[in-house]
Amino acid sequence: MTNVDFSVNGKPVSVAIDNEDTPLLDVLRNELGLMGTRFGCGLEQCGCCMVLIDGAPEKCCAKPVSSIAGKNVTTIEGLGTQDAPHPLQQAFIDEQAGQCGYCLSGILISAKALLAANPSPTRAEIALALDGNICRCGSHNRILRAVEKAAAVMRGA
Amino acid sequence: MNAPSLPGPLNDNPRLDLWVSFPAPGKVVVNTGRVELGQGVLTAMAQIAADELDVAITRVTVRSGVTDGMPNEGYTAGSQSIQFGGLAMGQACADVRALFIARAAKVLACATDELSVRDGAFYRNGAATGQDYWTLAPAIDLAVNASGLARRKASADLRFVGQSSARSDLPGKIFGDDVFIHDMKLAGMKHARVVRQPNKGASIGTIDEASIRRAAKGAIEFVRSGDFLAIVGDSETAVELAGAASVNHVTWTNIETPTPLQQEANWLLQRPVIDRLLGPPEPSDAQGKQRFEATYSRGYLAHASISPSCGLAQYKDGHLTVWTHCQGVFPLRSALARTLKLDPKAITVHHVQGSGCYGHNGADDAAADAAVIAMQLPGTPIRIRWRREEEFIYEPKSPAMLVKVRALIDSAGKPADWTAEIWSGNHNGRPGGGNALLAGYALPDQEPLPQANEVPEAAGGGATRNADPLYDIASKRIIHHMVTETPVRVSALRGLGAMPNVFALECAIDELAERAAIDPVAYRLSITTDMRARAVIEKVAAMANWQTKVPGGNGAGRGIAFARYKNRAAYSAVVVDLEVDEEIRLRHIWCATDGGLIVNPDGAINQLEGGVIQSASWVLKEQVRLDGGTASIDWDTYPVLKFSEVPPIDIALINPTSSDMPLGVGEATAGPTAAAIGNAVSHALGIRLRDLPLTRERIMAALLQE
Repeated sequence: MTNVDFSVNGKPVSVAIDNEDTPLLDVLRNELGLMGTRFGCGLEQCGCCMVLIDGAPEKCCAKPVSSIAGKNVTTIEGLGTQDAPHPLQQAFIDEQAGQCGYCLSGILISAKALLAANPSPTRAEIALALDGNICRCGSHNRILRAVEKAAAVMRGA
Repeated sequence: MNAPSLPGPLNDNPRLDLWVSFPAPGKVVVNTGRVELGQGVLTAMAQIAADELDVAITRVTVRSGVTDGMPNEGYTAGSQSIQFGGLAMGQACADVRALFIARAAKVLACATDELSVRDGAFYRNGAATGQDYWTLAPAIDLAVNASGLARRKASADLRFVGQSSARSDLPGKIFGDDVFIHDMKLAGMKHARVVRQPNKGASIGTIDEASIRRAAKGAIEFVRSGDFLAIVGDSETAVELAGAASVNHVTWTNIETPTPLQQEANWLLQRPVIDRLLGPPEPSDAQGKQRFEATYSRGYLAHASISPSCGLAQYKDGHLTVWTHCQGVFPLRSALARTLKLDPKAITVHHVQGSGCYGHNGADDAAADAAVIAMQLPGTPIRIRWRREEEFIYEPKSPAMLVKVRALIDSAGKPADWTAEIWSGNHNGRPGGGNALLAGYALPDQEPLPQANEVPEAAGGGATRNADPLYDIASKRIIHHMVTETPVRVSALRGLGAMPNVFALECAIDELAERAAIDPVAYRLSITTDMRARAVIEKVAAMANWQTKVPGGNGAGRGIAFARYKNRAAYSAVVVDLEVDEEIRLRHIWCATDGGLIVNPDGAINQLEGGVIQSASWVLKEQVRLDGGTASIDWDTYPVLKFSEVPPIDIALINPTSSDMPLGVGEATAGPTAAAIGNAVSHALGIRLRDLPLTRERIMAALLQE
């Protein structure tokens, strides 16, 4: 049993694990009860499990939890709440951007990272930033509109 | 007076208390047999119920997908939820409202036509009466059958239906709530993975338990029944590692090894078939007319749901409870009862949302896996989640199809006789259709299953869906060869045969227009008298600023296609602009749809657009590869359309409030999109590509052949 210390959504956590290769995703979901980060492939291909690690978007389904000791993890639960939504979340609701919604946690995280780096992305830049996230239902254009809208709100435009 | 006929689902489930209840002051609960698949059906049902009951939509809670105390509406499939299920919901609510009006009239000693309802409160000639649904409810027995006598609201009186309504299921998904079946946790729950039987008839040879345990790096146990082998443990991480390792540490006998040849649609031509002729026999001579013949095809498709399937089950005190994201909880219950030799009354099945399924994916099978394991470990709740590779390999695939179109052309260049000859596996492999749950192939002592039947024509057909052109053609027929054995398990995917059939027939129509040197839009209008068909074709042409006689062959192309889904649901026409060099780049897509009365316009547009994009992905990229087994095992080997590849899409709804009758929209755009892309590629290259998907390899091969 090893302890790994890191922080999630600004709060320090310490998890005891048998297997140091345990993916961060399993720890978030099964140890910390943060179910918003979804399992999609376990292969770092689909983006359902996207989180921010020290601000950078990363897929966490195959990332050993031991590798993030001392780092800061932000999950979808760290964005906003229904009472106090992040501008991205509000824009996704306004645009009704989603169908089954299974991909949305990861997409919101990717979008957050994009807007932090580039507050005024073009639609093509948004699309490229989301190419690591798969949406199977075909809500792409709504999602792109929502990110554009959130960017405008966050710029105060 | 004869009793009016009830909408189908209400006729099947006539008791009103199955549909509507007033559980607490100010609250209305309605039950639907349709389940939320991300298509927004629960929101639409709330809109319908709120209008028919005259209550604020915020008072309405929609419950769905439980096998106890709810209407059985079979599957949530076929774009039928609003067209049929919505009618049933509306009539049930109208009948309930009428019962309450009659009761209120009695209590208030007045005539029923003096009464009106506003937000659940009853008014007499406009004055408050102090009565509402909740004061009257204790005296009204809803355990009575619907009469169908109550009149539905006129479209002018609808307040919620026809207005875009925010989806009730979406916020939980945007805030990362535990809304999915994957997020369920039951006390004492154990995780499980199945060591999958590679194919029906394969038997376990050896099991290297020690190696699998080592790979797990945590405690696991094995559960076995016949050739059904599962790994169970407290740690999901451990069972996942063990499940992945087990592929290399369990040997099987009687393994089938499909080859790349078998992945292609033309392999179907050599197989045993069951034949049907729908329509008059094909004329043996051309009657002095010109002949047209062309062959179109599509390979096997995966549903490729973004999440692998998940199921939970618990067997306790002789009762099995199952949680699933499948499309039909009642059919699954029947299939579980047969497979597990239980009385259906001893099984309760609950629907919980999963990722989009678009048809019969692994959901039913995952639920069965959990149930089989739970039966062996009484009392312990079991959660299984398939591995990504497992979903790709073992989900039922949409059958490959090959369609030969033959037509006789009159002197004006119009088709006078039309034959669609189809080779396809069965699109109806659902467990409720009499087919096996995957676990059933591996369990001992299973009853033999009858040959599966294709979806009947009365339900829109399966392989034959949309093979009958809606155009004015004097003589038409479908020759259907149902291929009884396919190299992969096959079943229902969004639209069933509609996409390949519309691709074939609408590409053929374009080829005929080209032969006749008539513009493709004008040609379609010249053989269509159906006014609603004409309207969507004209509308989409106007949206896209369609110009006649634009020369092609220079790498930029534009194509149009049309279909009325199942020839009885929504009408859709699509125009695609694209560019082709070695690959296809979609530039813009326009779509006009007549879906009759639209309950939630924004929701309908979302579904139509989703169908356009999914179809574009099928056409440009998707085919299940076979090479010793299913070789499409992840998103690298089964790529789908990416954000940067999706073009701008404009969708127009035609006359969304002018009709009382909704027409299903969810699957209406897939066929026209596929054919419009095919027609645009032909326009761009001056070469006709008739085999899907339109990959770089196929385009290069076609260009080299020129």
